[in-house]
Amino acid sequence: MKFNLSNTAIPFMSARLGGFIFSAILIILSFGSFFYSGLNFGIDFKGGTLIEIETTDEVNLADIRSNLNYLSLGDVQVQEFGSTKNILIRVEQQEGGDSVQQNVLEIVKASLDKNITTSISYRRTEVVGPKVSGELIQSGIIAIVVAVFAMLIYIWFRFEWQFSLGAVIALVHDVILTIGVFCFTQLEFNLPIIAAILTIVGYSMNDTVVVYDRVRENLRKHRSKPIDKLLDLSINETLSRTVITSVTTLLALVSLYIFGGSVIKGFTFAMIWGVVVGTYSSIFVASPFLKYVDIKRDWNTTSAVDSTK
Amino acid sequence: MLYFSKTKVLLIFLAIFFASFFALPNVFNQGQLSNFPSFVPSQKVNLGLDLQGGSHLLLEVDTKEIIKERIETLSFDLRKLLKKNDISTVNLRVLDESIAFSATELSELTIREIEDLSVSNTQNILQLSSKSNLVVEDNNGSISINFTDEFVKQAVLNAVNQSLEIVRRRIDELGTKEPSIQRQGSSRIIIQLPGLDEPERIKSLLGQTAKLTFQLVDQTTSYDPNNPKKIPIGSEALESDEIDGYRYIIKKRIMVGGENLVDAQPGFDPQTNEPIVSFRFDRIGAKKFGKATQDNVGKPFAIVLDDKVISAPVIREAILGGSGQISGGFDAEEANDLAILLRAGALPAPLIILEERSVGPDLGADSIAAGKYAAIIGFVVVIIFMMVIYRFFGLFADIALIVNLIMVLGILSLFQATLTLPGIAGIILTIGMAVDANVLIFERVKEEIRNGSSMINSVENGYKRALSTILDANITTLIAALILFFMASGPVRGFSITLAIGIFTSVFTAFTFTRFLISLYARRLKPSNVGL
Repeated sequence: MKFNLSNTAIPFMSARLGGFIFSAILIILSFGSFFYSGLNFGIDFKGGTLIEIETTDEVNLADIRSNLNYLSLGDVQVQEFGSTKNILIRVEQQEGGDSVQQNVLEIVKASLDKNITTSISYRRTEVVGPKVSGELIQSGIIAIVVAVFAMLIYIWFRFEWQFSLGAVIALVHDVILTIGVFCFTQLEFNLPIIAAILTIVGYSMNDTVVVYDRVRENLRKHRSKPIDKLLDLSINETLSRTVITSVTTLLALVSLYIFGGSVIKGFTFAMIWGVVVGTYSSIFVASPFLKYVDIKRDWNTTSAVDSTK
Repeated sequence: MLYFSKTKVLLIFLAIFFASFFALPNVFNQGQLSNFPSFVPSQKVNLGLDLQGGSHLLLEVDTKEIIKERIETLSFDLRKLLKKNDISTVNLRVLDESIAFSATELSELTIREIEDLSVSNTQNILQLSSKSNLVVEDNNGSISINFTDEFVKQAVLNAVNQSLEIVRRRIDELGTKEPSIQRQGSSRIIIQLPGLDEPERIKSLLGQTAKLTFQLVDQTTSYDPNNPKKIPIGSEALESDEIDGYRYIIKKRIMVGGENLVDAQPGFDPQTNEPIVSFRFDRIGAKKFGKATQDNVGKPFAIVLDDKVISAPVIREAILGGSGQISGGFDAEEANDLAILLRAGALPAPLIILEERSVGPDLGADSIAAGKYAAIIGFVVVIIFMMVIYRFFGLFADIALIVNLIMVLGILSLFQATLTLPGIAGIILTIGMAVDANVLIFERVKEEIRNGSSMINSVENGYKRALSTILDANITTLIAALILFFMASGPVRGFSITLAIGIFTSVFTAFTFTRFLISLYARRLKPSNVGL
C-alpha cells in the first residue's frame, strides 16, 4: 500500500474560483433552507417534554399516537428511536409558564401505562420549561459568538489581522453550513449540537492555523515568490498532514456514529460534517483569501541586513 | 532536542506511572477494589447521571411570593396604625410588591411611624439595621409604600438559603444515596439524584411548601357558593382537603404555626387504626397552643396545611401538654410524607420545577456499553491506519496513543471529574485528534529527510519546527473547549472536560514520550533509513 501526498503540486489557487462558487452555492442553499424550513429545535431550545420508552414487545406507533392525541396536549410526536421497541415521544410546551409543564409528564405516563399492554420501561424523561429553554438558546448563541471572536483575537495576536479575518470567514462559513445541513435534513437541533459546533470551530481553526503557519514560514523563506505560488506551495506542503489528521479524526467519529448509540447520533453527525467542511474551508476559503488582502511579505526581524534573495 | 537527561526520562515515566496508577481502579469491580491496600487509589471515574442513571432537577424559588407575603403582613400592621391615628384612607390596595392608598394628609410623624413598622414588624425577622426597610412616597395625597431594594435582595437571599436547607432536609429524610443539592445563580437550586430515575415522590415532596397553621373556624357564617365574596373581614374561605369542593370560613389570625413544632412522627390511631401524624410543640408553641385551646373550648379549630384544611375538630378540653395528633383521611405513605415535611419545616416560598432530566439505569448502561464499543473500534482503526501510513513511527504514535488514553482516564479519576456520554464522545474525538501532534512532527521529519538531512538531524529539526504549529493548533481547540466549559452545564460540560484533558495529554505525550521513544530508536539503532 502506497500513500503519498508528500510531493504534491496541486494548483489549488487556480481552482479557487470554483471553490468560492461552490461555497457560495452551499451558503445560499443553507440560508434558503433556514428560511424555508428552519431548524428543527429539540426541547432544549423549544421547551416541552420528551419521553423515551422501551417495550418488551413491538407496539403500534399509530395507536400510541392516537391515544396521546386524545389528551389535547397540542403537538405530540411519536417515533421509533434506534429500534422498533424503543419509542421517543415529544410533547410541545404547554401554555401557562413553568409550573404547568410537569403535569404533561404525569398525564402522558398515565396514558401510556393504561394503553400499552406489554410492559414498558421509561429510559429517559426530560421536561424543559420556557424559562430554561430561552436561556439555553441565548447562552448557545453567545457561546458560538464568543468562540469565533476569541479565535479572531488569537489569530490576530499570533499572525496579523489579514490572517485572522481569513480564518474567521472560514469559521463563519463552517458554522453556516453546519446550521444549513441541520435545516436541510431536519435533524433535531439540541444542546449537544451547540457543543459540536464549538468543536467544529476549534477543529476548523486548528486546520487553518497549520496552513497559515506554513504560509508565514514560506513568506520568510521565499521573499519574492508570487503570492499565488506561495499559497499553493504552503497548502501542498501541509496537505499530507491535513488529510491524515482528518482521516484519523473521521475514522474515530464514524466509529462513534455507527456504534455509539442513538442518543448521540445527531452530535456525531454534526462533528463528521464539521470535520469535512472545516478541512475543505481551510484549503479553499481561508488560504485563498490571503491573496486578496495585502499580507505582510517581510516577516524577518533581521530584514534590514538580509534583503536580497 | 534528542538528548534526554536521566532526570527528564525519570519525570516522563513518573508522570505516566502516576496516571496509570490512578487509572487502575477502573479495570476492577467494586468488590475487588475493597480488598486493595489503602495506599492504592480506589476511586473510579465519576459517571454522570446520563451514564449511571438518575435525575436532575432545576428548581426556582418563587421570589415574588416572598415579597407578596411580606407586603400582606405589613398591610395588617398598617391598617392598625392608620386606625389608631384616625387617618381615613381611600382605595387602599395591597399589590404584589407595594401598598397604595389615597389619604388627605400624612404628617411627618405618621410617615415615620409607617417606616418604623418594618422595624417593629415581628415577621420581618431579618433586620438590616435600625434603618427603615420601607420607602414611603407621598405624591399629592396618593401614597405608595415599597420595600427598599436592599431589603428585597436580602429577603430573597435568605429565602433561597432557607429553601436550600429545607430541600436538603427533605431529601435526606428519604434516604436517597449521594444526592447533590446546589445553589445556582441567585434563586435557583440544582438537585442531582443518582440512581433515582422516577423522582415522582421527591417532586411531590418538594412541590409542597408545607406551611402548617392552627386557626379558629369562623362560626359567624358559612361558605355560600352563590356568593363567594361574602366573607367577614379578617376571615378567609379555605378548601377542605377531605371533602371535595367544601370550603371552610377560617379566621386569618394564626394561633400557632408549624415553625413551633419540634417533632412529627407517623403512626396509627389505636382506636380507629387510621394513619395519623403525631406532633410535639416547643415551649413557646405549647404555651400558645395551650392558651388558645383553653380560651376556645367547645369551638372547632382548623388544621391548615398549604391553604387547605386537613381537618377541623372541636376542642373538647384545653391541650396543655404541647403535643397532639393530626388525622385526616390520609393513607400510611401520606402520613409518613407529611411527618417528613413537618419535621423538615416549611419552605419560605413555593418552588417551581424549571427543568427535569431523568435517565433510567438501562439507558445509562447501554450508553456506556455503546461508548466503550465505539471507543475500542475507533481506537483499533486509528492504530492500524497510523501503522500503514508511518510504519515504524506509526507504532510509536500508537504506543503514545495508548499512554494518552490511560492518562486521560487517570486524570479523570484523580480529579473525580464527571464522565458523561458526550464526554465519551470527547475521548473518542481525542483518539482521532491526538495523533495530530505526531502527524505534524512526522511530516516535518519526512520533509527534512527529503531535503537531504541526516536521520538524527531530521528528527531533531522536525520537532523543533513543528513545536509552534502544534501549540497554535491546540490552543485554538482548547479555547473552544474552555468556552464550552464555562457556558454549558450537565452532560455537555463533560464533553469540554475530556476534550481539554485530551489536548493536554496529547501534546504532553508527543513532546515527551514519543520523542523519547524516537530518540532512543534513532540513537541506539542508528537506522540509515527512517522508514517513514
